Amino acid sequence: MTIAPSTAPAVPTAESAPEPAVRLSSVTKTYAGPGTDRPPVLENIDLTVPPGGFTCVIGASGCGKSTLLTLIAGLDEPTFGRIDVAGGHAALMFQDAALFPWLTAGRNVELALRLRGVRRAERRAEAERLLALVRLDGARDQPVHQLSGGMRQRVALARALAQQSKVLLMDEPFAALDAITRDVLHDELIRVWQETGCAVVFVTHNVREAVRLGRQVVLLSSRPGRIAGRWEVEIPQPRRIEDAGVAELAGRITEHLREEISRHART
Amino acid sequence: MPVPDSEPGSIPGLLEAGLDALEARARRPSGAAATLRRSVLPPLLAVALVAALWQAAYVARLEPDWVLPGPAEVWQSLLGALRQGDVWPSIGQSVSRGLLGFVASVLIGTPLGLLVGTLRPLRVAVGPVLAGLQNLPSVAWVPPAVMFFGVTPAALYSVVLLGAIPSIALGLVSGLDQVPPLFLLVGRNLGARRLASVRHVLLPAALAGYVGGLRQGWAFAWRSLMAAEIIAVSPSLGHGLGRLLKQAQDAGDMGLAFCTIILILCVGILVNLLVFAPLERRVLRSRGLAGQDT
Repeated sequence: MTIAPSTAPAVPTAESAPEPAVRLSSVTKTYAGPGTDRPPVLENIDLTVPPGGFTCVIGASGCGKSTLLTLIAGLDEPTFGRIDVAGGHAALMFQDAALFPWLTAGRNVELALRLRGVRRAERRAEAERLLALVRLDGARDQPVHQLSGGMRQRVALARALAQQSKVLLMDEPFAALDAITRDVLHDELIRVWQETGCAVVFVTHNVREAVRLGRQVVLLSSRPGRIAGRWEVEIPQPRRIEDAGVAELAGRITEHLREEISRHART
Repeated sequence: MPVPDSEPGSIPGLLEAGLDALEARARRPSGAAATLRRSVLPPLLAVALVAALWQAAYVARLEPDWVLPGPAEVWQSLLGALRQGDVWPSIGQSVSRGLLGFVASVLIGTPLGLLVGTLRPLRVAVGPVLAGLQNLPSVAWVPPAVMFFGVTPAALYSVVLLGAIPSIALGLVSGLDQVPPLFLLVGRNLGARRLASVRHVLLPAALAGYVGGLRQGWAFAWRSLMAAEIIAVSPSLGHGLGRLLKQAQDAGDMGLAFCTIILILCVGILVNLLVFAPLERRVLRSRGLAGQDT
């Protein structure tokens, strides 16, 4: 598959019922050995992200949101349960852009292509196309330390897209950015998501951000991390973070999140 | 690929461009005159100050002439020696030995450092030994090397290798230790398996520490060579700078001794200035680590 925008609607049609982009079946992750009473980090997680879907995972600190992504990315194994990822591979982005500082912006993207086996002759053009996709056409030859935080995350997005995975995992990618830059990047992410048709799993502790972006919002409880609530977001894109609908749903979800967190004070 | 037009007048495009322009770091240009003033003048002043103190001690006659010659005298004997031409082969021989020994140390120290830095058991076993070796004055190796190899070039080179390899290996190890774990995670996610990960992530990320180790390795190689040349003297070993120093001692020629020391210093400084300083600066600057002025 290519990153070319899918001409078919991203929404699965009822008759063809395609394979989900990500499916977690009864996934449990525990770091404790047998016999200890440490609660599992994640317990019995069932989660399905359709192809081209956008699922936001929210929860308090330490609820295992990041663990969930490392499991989907295949960087760690679940203790129990099963994880299926379309194409067998998911691209991962972090709060820190983690660009390689010894390479220029363009070379960072090219490295991802190279490690995927793209031939040298095609790498340059493909990297340029991806940088244009995140609106960084002019930054190809810049060393990454000269880029702003927002630009770095856009390069990181281009690098993640270069992996041509059907699934993009994002671990609080905009948490370190200022509000205006974050707002711009929300628009950019939605645009890129609609163009590429990849499925996104987006972890954040910011409920409004989750409602602003996601089609589905999943609330994780802490210790053990269980799914404590799911919401479908029906508000059509483009949404704005200050939209009344976004604020209203975010308010309701926040109520649940607060309840989840206060549960820990009583125990 | 239908990338949408950036719609020049639209708010998002302009907003982004504005944010990028405000936040992106500008490069400050620096002129040649400024560089000269900032990095060439201070060391010259320091040298002049030392020479002035030396001259003062000489004029005050703290020690007799033949123990403490004046700077002018040493300068004269230096010029004389350079003009006569018999120090050039000494310089040539020592420098070529030093560089050859250094290159061999790099070839051995690099894989050693890579293995020690990445394999835990090896690190626990060999790490402390390397650190210990680095602390051992390499002159200590001269007697056993001479007993083992006789007074031969092999004895000299073995002392150089034992002096330089630990520094180079440990420099790489400390460089590897400073690689952010996130880089390795990203590398894995990008599909870099073992060797590809070493080549594309681990080594470039450790390069700054490695270059520091190379620089120190050269210093140790050069020192060790001089020590070995002073102690292990034989006609078969030719005429290195260390031999020249020994010769000055035997002849009681303090002027020659000083001028040889100056030559040894100059070689060390020149190699540093011509090879390692630019290399280090380039590595640091490409990573945005060096200050704008250095």
